[in-house]
Amino acid sequence: MTWRCGIAVFPGTWSERDCAHWVELAGGEPVMLWHAERQLKGADLVILPGGFAHGDYLRTGAIARFAPLMDAVRDHALAGGPVLGICNGFQILCEAQLLPGALLRNSCLQFRCQSTHLRVEATRGPFLAGLEAGRILEMPISHGEGRYYAPPEQLLELEAHGQVALRYCGPAGELGDEYNPNGSLQHIAGVMNREGNVLGMMPHPERACEPLLGSEDGLHLLRAALALVGAS
Amino acid sequence: MATPSPAQLRELALTEEEYQHAVRQLGRVPNQLELGMLGALWSEHCSYKTSRRLLSQLSSKGPQVVVGPGENAGVVDLGDGLLCCFKIESHNHPSAIEPVQGAATGVGGILRDVFAMGARPVALLDALRFGDLTDAAQRHRFAKVVEGVGHYGNCIGVPTVGGETYFDPAYQGNCLVNAMCVGLVTAPRLLHAVARGVGNPVLLVGADTGRDGIHGATFASVQLDEGAEERRPAVQVGNPFLEKCLMEACLELAGSSALVGLQDCGAAGLTSSCAEMARRGGVGIRLDLDQVARRELGMTPYEVMLSESQERMVLVVERGRVEEVRAVFDRWELRSDVVGEVIAAEELQISSSGEMVARLPLPVLVDGFLPRHPASSRPADVVRDLSAPPVTAGVPWTLEEAWLRLLASPNCADASWIYRQYDHQVGDDTVVLPGRDAAVVRLRGRRDGLAITVDGAHRSSLLDPRRGAQLAVAEAVRNLTCLGARPLALTNCLNFGDPDREEVMWQLEEAVAGLAEACRQLALPVVSGNVSLYNDLSGASIPPTPVVGVVGVVDDVHGIPGPGFVAAGDLIYLVGGEGAGLGGSELQRLLGGRVLGPPPELDLELEGRASEAVRQLVTERVARSAHDCSLGGLAVALAECCVEGSLGAVVRLADPPTPPDRGLGLLFGEGSGRYLLSVEPGSGGRMEEVCSAGQVPCFRVGEVGGELVEIVGLAQIPLAAAAEARLKGIAGAMEGPVL
Repeated sequence: MTWRCGIAVFPGTWSERDCAHWVELAGGEPVMLWHAERQLKGADLVILPGGFAHGDYLRTGAIARFAPLMDAVRDHALAGGPVLGICNGFQILCEAQLLPGALLRNSCLQFRCQSTHLRVEATRGPFLAGLEAGRILEMPISHGEGRYYAPPEQLLELEAHGQVALRYCGPAGELGDEYNPNGSLQHIAGVMNREGNVLGMMPHPERACEPLLGSEDGLHLLRAALALVGAS
Repeated sequence: MATPSPAQLRELALTEEEYQHAVRQLGRVPNQLELGMLGALWSEHCSYKTSRRLLSQLSSKGPQVVVGPGENAGVVDLGDGLLCCFKIESHNHPSAIEPVQGAATGVGGILRDVFAMGARPVALLDALRFGDLTDAAQRHRFAKVVEGVGHYGNCIGVPTVGGETYFDPAYQGNCLVNAMCVGLVTAPRLLHAVARGVGNPVLLVGADTGRDGIHGATFASVQLDEGAEERRPAVQVGNPFLEKCLMEACLELAGSSALVGLQDCGAAGLTSSCAEMARRGGVGIRLDLDQVARRELGMTPYEVMLSESQERMVLVVERGRVEEVRAVFDRWELRSDVVGEVIAAEELQISSSGEMVARLPLPVLVDGFLPRHPASSRPADVVRDLSAPPVTAGVPWTLEEAWLRLLASPNCADASWIYRQYDHQVGDDTVVLPGRDAAVVRLRGRRDGLAITVDGAHRSSLLDPRRGAQLAVAEAVRNLTCLGARPLALTNCLNFGDPDREEVMWQLEEAVAGLAEACRQLALPVVSGNVSLYNDLSGASIPPTPVVGVVGVVDDVHGIPGPGFVAAGDLIYLVGGEGAGLGGSELQRLLGGRVLGPPPELDLELEGRASEAVRQLVTERVARSAHDCSLGGLAVALAECCVEGSLGAVVRLADPPTPPDRGLGLLFGEGSGRYLLSVEPGSGGRMEEVCSAGQVPCFRVGEVGGELVEIVGLAQIPLAAAAEARLKGIAGAMEGPVL
């Protein structure tokens, strides 16, 4: 059977179609979830895609977190269901306090759209379970507010519990400011909740799903999750 | 109403003669509101009263053309029921006053033109002109325009896939911001900006109507009794989030039979959108201004009719189906109001508070303007400058120094400082990213894709605007050819100064004639366009700057070669014309001073043949890399191929240089129609065969390899130095303080 991947659509979301394409390539069935509705339409896995939900007015993700759909997403997440927030979706998950920390304006004070290398730091949870630690993935970023921030004590806690999922790095996995596109603390590109079922990341795996687009690395995340959903 | 004073008419951009012409046609004296509406629609922007006569030279004919100029955007057929819709437009003046919002709303406007046709926008491009980046104010303007373009496109989720930027002191006072949008639509969903069906309701949807963007000073503000009226900035503020919702709602409706016509509210707001829709349908529209949702209290009918508030669309809907249409806008949390209806009389009738406040026959309002034929003459100094030899003897640099300076010129250098601020990948369809000769957007479910480029005339246009326009078209064709694309059609944006200056009118006449000739010769129909005149500051006009956007088709989006060399030992070929003109070249710009000497040679027939041959070589994948020679000539193109491929090259040129030229022309001359291709050693035969069959000159000039970019006997630079120079051109200049 094909696993249903719910894709949240807020006014201002723009990567829902890219995510649907990615889901199909990974062998899942995409289902669009409208922000004003309260149900997940039987989705096994939920994706909060990129975009500018509600124009990102006030603060990125600050309005979207109050959407009726987010109640259902929260229930799903708290029940251990897989949730992936990409870019704006990551910002929404932080605002909804389903993930720790916040995404601030890029340190360069400019929008950045470019290819990045990511080092897999944690291999638990549905999206990274299939990957080995230290593996390098290549995928693009596209954001103006992607600088990951958490207070020092929270940051220590994140590291201690293995919640740092992905870090920006060089082509060989080396860490350095020159590879960090937005000034994120500890080069953090993605974090997960303590249980590992909720993952937020600034890079766009759905833009790295075909050789024609320059990378297929984004498929690994979804395939791992779908295999896991299938096994449970 | 008493005859308006000359000052009042000037506020409306109407001449005394035009006023009398209006009175004659109407058979009565128009009231203030009517005069305001006439002034807006008879403006150059809406009526093309100065340029229309010239634009008729441009042919829009071709079997691929579905919709030519006159609608919101041009449309060409891609086969299998898929249509491509595109247009370029300027937003120069607003961007000079308020660069972020001016540029942003320029993007917003061109997006609306495309989705008004029912097409989903799939690509944006920009063509920008600024003064020198050595000036802090110019750096500010440049940085803010880039921010504005990025802001709108990034928020709305349409990739900005390409563009071109050129810096020259001549644009110091007047920056140019041209934005192009390309969209896709299946044939049954194609919409038209037309009003039909007497009794059908007219809806205004999207943003509320405010006082923003009422051009210059309003008529009301010249009334003494209302003299205290606050003047609003003439630059509108964009809301890309609202437009995203508006776009999705309109595209959802595009397939519905409930929708009769759709048009965006652009320049001159409700006046032009309603007038033009009704005129196209041979009907009239009656508007009740009391139904128009407003952003502020106390707006006069004049302000409502001429507001240029952004993110608004006008719809004509089948009678009885308003509720199903409104339900779509409701779902996107957008305002939609029935503000009028289609009437049989070919008039625009405006009522407010139960009174008819304006009633204008559409033939007068839309087509009753007086065509203008300002005098033109070729300025004497151009004749003198043309015959002056370009100063090459006085070049104070060695060839190596000149080469590195050219690579580091912001006009030749790496543009990633710009495009890394633009989301160029959203949509998952950008197959060839910015930074190449052209961008490629794939077509889902097909092997082929769209190749898109935007190019403009450079300095040589000052010397010879006719050739400048032709060079712009030729360059666009070469850029597409490098990717193996077949050009389909062209859109143009004519950026010129004040046409009432004789030399500007001459430039406009020459450039349009040149554009027409080049398009005819290269079989490119012109399907849409825009004219931006009066780009002057303190009596100085910008150089004539025709900008063209060309859309082409690549048969297979897989394995498209890039400009970079691929492997050591590959053979390098120079294909096409020879030409070594330095007149109006980038080298001359670096030296400062006047634009002198004859501009680069251009042989349009050879350009066409070379394009055919190179396209075949790229399509057959005989060429492993392809790049055209443009600004900075052969030497800059060669260095770019090396840097992109991280491989050196050794090139030998046949003609020995003669003093005092020292080889400057050979290396940096910008003769048109030239390409640099590299092929595997075994493919040299096929390469020569295809060129010889196409009667295209083709010279084997060298080999790929090593750590140097070397032109034997003339100059050599280390690959790393070339790469560094290219990288620092724009990024390095922008490290300086920004005002």
